[in-house]
Amino acid sequence: MTIKEKEKQNYQERFNQVKPKPPIFKNIIWAFIIGGLICTLGQYIQDYFVSIGFSKKDAGGPTSAVLIFLGAFFTGLGVYDELGRLAGAGSIVPITGFANSIVAPAMEWKREGYVFGVGAKMFTIAGPVIVYGTVTAMLVGFIRWLMG
Amino acid sequence: MKKKTGKQSICFASPPYILETATVAGPMEGEGKLGDTYDKILEDNIHGHESWEQCESFMLRTAIETAAKKSKITIPDIDYILAGDLLNQLMSTHFAIRGLERPFLGLYGACSTFAESLLLGAVLLDGGFGETIAIAVSSLHDTAERQYRFPTELGVQRPPISQWTVTGAGSAILSANGQGPRITAATIGKVVDIGIKDPNAMGPAMAPAAADTLYCHFADTGKQPAYYDMIFTGDLGAIGKQLTIELLQEKGYDISGNYEDCGLMIYFDQQDVHSGASGCASSALAFCGHIYKEMRRGRWKRILLACTGSLHSPVSYQQKESIPCIAHAVAIES
Repeated sequence: MTIKEKEKQNYQERFNQVKPKPPIFKNIIWAFIIGGLICTLGQYIQDYFVSIGFSKKDAGGPTSAVLIFLGAFFTGLGVYDELGRLAGAGSIVPITGFANSIVAPAMEWKREGYVFGVGAKMFTIAGPVIVYGTVTAMLVGFIRWLMG
Repeated sequence: MKKKTGKQSICFASPPYILETATVAGPMEGEGKLGDTYDKILEDNIHGHESWEQCESFMLRTAIETAAKKSKITIPDIDYILAGDLLNQLMSTHFAIRGLERPFLGLYGACSTFAESLLLGAVLLDGGFGETIAIAVSSLHDTAERQYRFPTELGVQRPPISQWTVTGAGSAILSANGQGPRITAATIGKVVDIGIKDPNAMGPAMAPAAADTLYCHFADTGKQPAYYDMIFTGDLGAIGKQLTIELLQEKGYDISGNYEDCGLMIYFDQQDVHSGASGCASSALAFCGHIYKEMRRGRWKRILLACTGSLHSPVSYQQKESIPCIAHAVAIES
């Protein structure tokens, strides 16, 4: 059935009028609270590593490792997606969210085997982040090199 | 005699009977509004199987077997099985039918498959091509999510317009003879694409298809909406329902007084599914669990069921295509 462009436009406008808006204020507050709590936890972990003799710079590595472990662990327990439902970007942006984005597809595709399932699919969400993160880093590095 | 009526409708000469229906539902659906109408409620979405897909096959097969048992027939009594689901290559359906050894036609109409199978079953029976037909459809939340959207454990926030894919399977046994509500007419839908591209907004994308099929049904058969005790659509959700009422009003038909969407009948508001239910099982659970039984009890004598389907795929969405939609309607009268 061919529908005229004008009719399509009118319908899109009508849809936009009745489309429910996300509760932005509520979402922002929850993202702030939960995202903030994850970052505070990260700070505690970093302080702990500093207290046992790491330099502040060296403590970054083990701190990230612990947070990645926790993100993966709570994804495995089926808790992280519930947290994400509430926190949105608050639990996606920290490094725990990155762990979730790798572990969730890995778990999901386990039944399709370790090669074509877990191995092939675990970076379906995180892959683009890694690809474009690396590309951007290279571009910035190149610009810096040009500038001497 | 000519059975086609108007442009795209059929009036059956010997309307086939719906002998019995059966349902299998997931746990969340069991806790929903129609929880006490389902034949079997699973304790979780995998029910001891190795994969969600196997569980969906189990549900579909159990629904067919239960419907046959309730109709007091055996599987070999079934002339044809018409069935479908949402997955690529109808995975759940094909594996469910594998051991039944009955002639089978697989159908894909996305979430409209339930009405599609009802109307094709009625066509076969009215044409005299068989005596008994089993129809069945299924959907399972997790199998649909992983195919169409994200891994289920990914921590994403669903937009308020999104709908929740129903876990469940519904089956009905149709027969040329017997008793029960009869399929008296059907309207085969056209593919309607109004240009919506957001795959979360399936209800609003499908509303013009639903309105078009309902309009054609009324125009073809000469009936008014008030002829039916109730009119149901498959899975338009809250916004899609509102848009359908408005679109039909503009075409001169007021359905606001006797119309409900199956997508709003499955879950309670506090189950946090946002705009309502979706999936093949939305209309199948509502019809096989609730509507059919209420017709048998005499609450409704005539209903019109229009199941709606979004015919997009993950590939078409990634290629920035809009969502083509369809709706098929069946009139059932007792």
